[in-house]
Amino acid sequence: MSETGAAVMAASRICKSFSGVQVLFSVDFELRRGEVHALMGENGAGKSTLVKVLSGFEKPTSGRILMDGQEVSFANNRAAEAAGIVLIHQEFNLADHLTVSESMFLGREVTRFGILDRSFMRKATRDILDRLGSHIHEDALISSLPVADKQMVEIAKAISRDARVVFMDEPTAVLSREETRILFDQVRRLRDQGTSFVFVSHKLDEVMELADRVTVLRDGQWVKTAPVSELDGESIAQLMVGRELSSLYPAKHEPDVDEEIALSVKDLSTGYVKDASFEIRKGEVFGFSGLIGSGRSELMEAISGIRTPASGEVRIYGRLLRSGDVRAANQAGLAYMTKDRKGKGLLLGEGMTVNLTLQSLDQHGPVVYLDPKSEAKAMDRARRRFDIRVRDGNVIAARMSGGNQQKLLLAKVMETDPKIVIIDEPTRGIDVGTKQQIYHFISSLARDGWSIIVVSSEMPEIIGLCSRVAVMREGRIVGVLEGDEINEQEIMRYAAGLKRRTRPEEAGAVPA
Amino acid sequence: MNENRGGTDQAMSNTELSDRARPARSLRDMDLRAIAPFAALALLLIVGALVNPNFISIANLANVATRSAFIAIIAVGATFVISAGDLDLSVGSMVAFVASLMILFMNSGAIADPALTIAAAVALTILAGALCGFFNGLITTVGKIEPFIATLGTMGIYRGLTTWLSQGGAITLKSPDIQTMVRPAYFGSVLGLPVPILVILVVTAIAAFILYRTRYGRHVVAVGSSSDVARYSGIAVNRVRMVAFIIQGLCVAITVLLYVPRLGSTSATTGILWELQAITAVVVGGTALKGGAGRVWGTICGAFILEIVGNIMLLSNFISEYLIGAIQGSIIIIAMLVQRSLVRKS
Repeated sequence: MSETGAAVMAASRICKSFSGVQVLFSVDFELRRGEVHALMGENGAGKSTLVKVLSGFEKPTSGRILMDGQEVSFANNRAAEAAGIVLIHQEFNLADHLTVSESMFLGREVTRFGILDRSFMRKATRDILDRLGSHIHEDALISSLPVADKQMVEIAKAISRDARVVFMDEPTAVLSREETRILFDQVRRLRDQGTSFVFVSHKLDEVMELADRVTVLRDGQWVKTAPVSELDGESIAQLMVGRELSSLYPAKHEPDVDEEIALSVKDLSTGYVKDASFEIRKGEVFGFSGLIGSGRSELMEAISGIRTPASGEVRIYGRLLRSGDVRAANQAGLAYMTKDRKGKGLLLGEGMTVNLTLQSLDQHGPVVYLDPKSEAKAMDRARRRFDIRVRDGNVIAARMSGGNQQKLLLAKVMETDPKIVIIDEPTRGIDVGTKQQIYHFISSLARDGWSIIVVSSEMPEIIGLCSRVAVMREGRIVGVLEGDEINEQEIMRYAAGLKRRTRPEEAGAVPA
Repeated sequence: MNENRGGTDQAMSNTELSDRARPARSLRDMDLRAIAPFAALALLLIVGALVNPNFISIANLANVATRSAFIAIIAVGATFVISAGDLDLSVGSMVAFVASLMILFMNSGAIADPALTIAAAVALTILAGALCGFFNGLITTVGKIEPFIATLGTMGIYRGLTTWLSQGGAITLKSPDIQTMVRPAYFGSVLGLPVPILVILVVTAIAAFILYRTRYGRHVVAVGSSSDVARYSGIAVNRVRMVAFIIQGLCVAITVLLYVPRLGSTSATTGILWELQAITAVVVGGTALKGGAGRVWGTICGAFILEIVGNIMLLSNFISEYLIGAIQGSIIIIAMLVQRSLVRKS
């Protein structure tokens, strides 16, 4: 059906520059009625910019945008929304102190005789959420919702506006599999009713599953537009990167069975996490899998001193670690890299150097004085080691691409000179080229004797990197897999609660 | 469909890499927000010179700078508190309270020798300022009360204590000996430079060093821009905020050390609205009220601007000097508007 659809939106020769730096070079784009059009490319390829231009957030420097064959120019995003264009942001656009139904009708509240008709809005919200198969309560405060639910509210909001064109920038980055499935069902249903979607994603499998056509951008240039049926994942990845991706995951490195135990966690409990015990050897890459909300990040934060655990102990190379003290953990050689790089990892308004050295200022001068030269040297070193690519060395973190931000965050954590690194969601929302670099970096660290914990919701990542994998469910470690057991089906069985190790001691023990 | 756009594609595919070399700092890279207050100050100097030729004389400018000392030094402390993402409304009351303590101690005659009395009084003043700041810090960090509310409370407490100590009147330095001995601390000069100006310069230089060149200063910036990022980086957030409040208290104490020699007297109305002037100086100087970016020299510049505007109004005849509050109020609003427009551009 989508093949015959007329173009609802077309853009021709779109150029866009930010303060003299050109990011889009004469890009053409066409969106048909009732199609899901995927937009792919590495970070910095210009996907987000193109989406912003098409949805009226930014004005193109040159080029034309047509809707139903008529040239349009949106004064602002409101005008675009009036024309039936909705953008679901990568970052949430929800006010924490409003309820779900208040957020849904924000800016177009329904009134009766000038008074808010709350029961009507609540009911309408409930209807949409039910249609989406979501259990979110319409009166829940936004601040009380987990990230995945916030994303659902954003999507519900877009759907409730009877949009003709919906832009979704990485909508599934924080959704569980089940939530993703429901979302995709809704998208298909709406597509069949004639709504058009532009779907920005890094996840190849999702694009193959959902999209009708795909447009690939590289370095701000249009590379190819084609029906998904004519492409496969491999060829899309090649178009994005412009080179052949030999191996996304490096060869696994199995640590020696009689290597020292680097990290030992015993009976660690927090409010939610119960009795977590496990051990990691020197040179091991240990994975933590599980559904969103299974308590993985909470456990890691308790281990690394960001949270104070209720009970239990953490030992680093045999030495007991003071609990609830991030600095003590850093000094003992344990560092935690947060999954929330924008909220908890980087000072977005500051430059790269301030961010890089923030956790390791002790290295840059005696007593209190900070030596700018020593900091600059560290920055140069980090840029080379982590291949941080920026045009301007004075750029603030907020203006860097997701991939570069992630590399900077990794560099910042590595500046503390840890022996054990916990990396929470190492590749969330970054492009495939940077992913590969980070995977290879993790692998080479392990070969050189570092111990690494990888917490990830992306199963291929866990499977591709780790020699052992712990699966968490509802705050408990329900199993530790190794060797051939590490596959999607087996991990899913544990994560979903279909299977668990009976004896808890066994779960965390290092193989003899 | 053309699969590849040939030449352009080749040429542009490495844009991200092409500028790896450290770029020369051009005018465009300079932070306009950091320059704006100094540009405003220069503009005011020109306006002042046009309004009244006496304005630009060394004597008048030195007088203006001296008069700005109280607000300038308090505002240096406020730069730390505001950069760390907090706010201290109690500084005006704190000046009155600490000054009362200082004068009462010197009047008590606890130590016979006047020189020793003064030395002890100075120590007491610094301790009292630090403790007042510590108290503010304690309520905001350990008590977890919004700094606006916490210091609104202590503003009332310090003011009330002053009123009680002075029984509603004034507290005046009794000993003429001591009075004569302390006078040079405000009216004296070193190598032709009035002492208050010297104190401003020294305090600001130390503050700038702490904020820009020490670990603690970097921690202040981190806590002010994102306390979550700071916490995840192993920074003791509450200790950083606490120390900022103590630095504010110390700056108030230094102000008192200049204030008491000037009049030898204090009352329940000492320092009223100084907190607003200090905050105005900080914000006009380019420090973001939401925390993160601290600009110590900008703060001093802001304090000068406030004083110079008053001075120009005094020297010119077309605006009533009774409107000075209204003009200062307008300055803070204009400064915020200018700052925001500069942020948009960059």
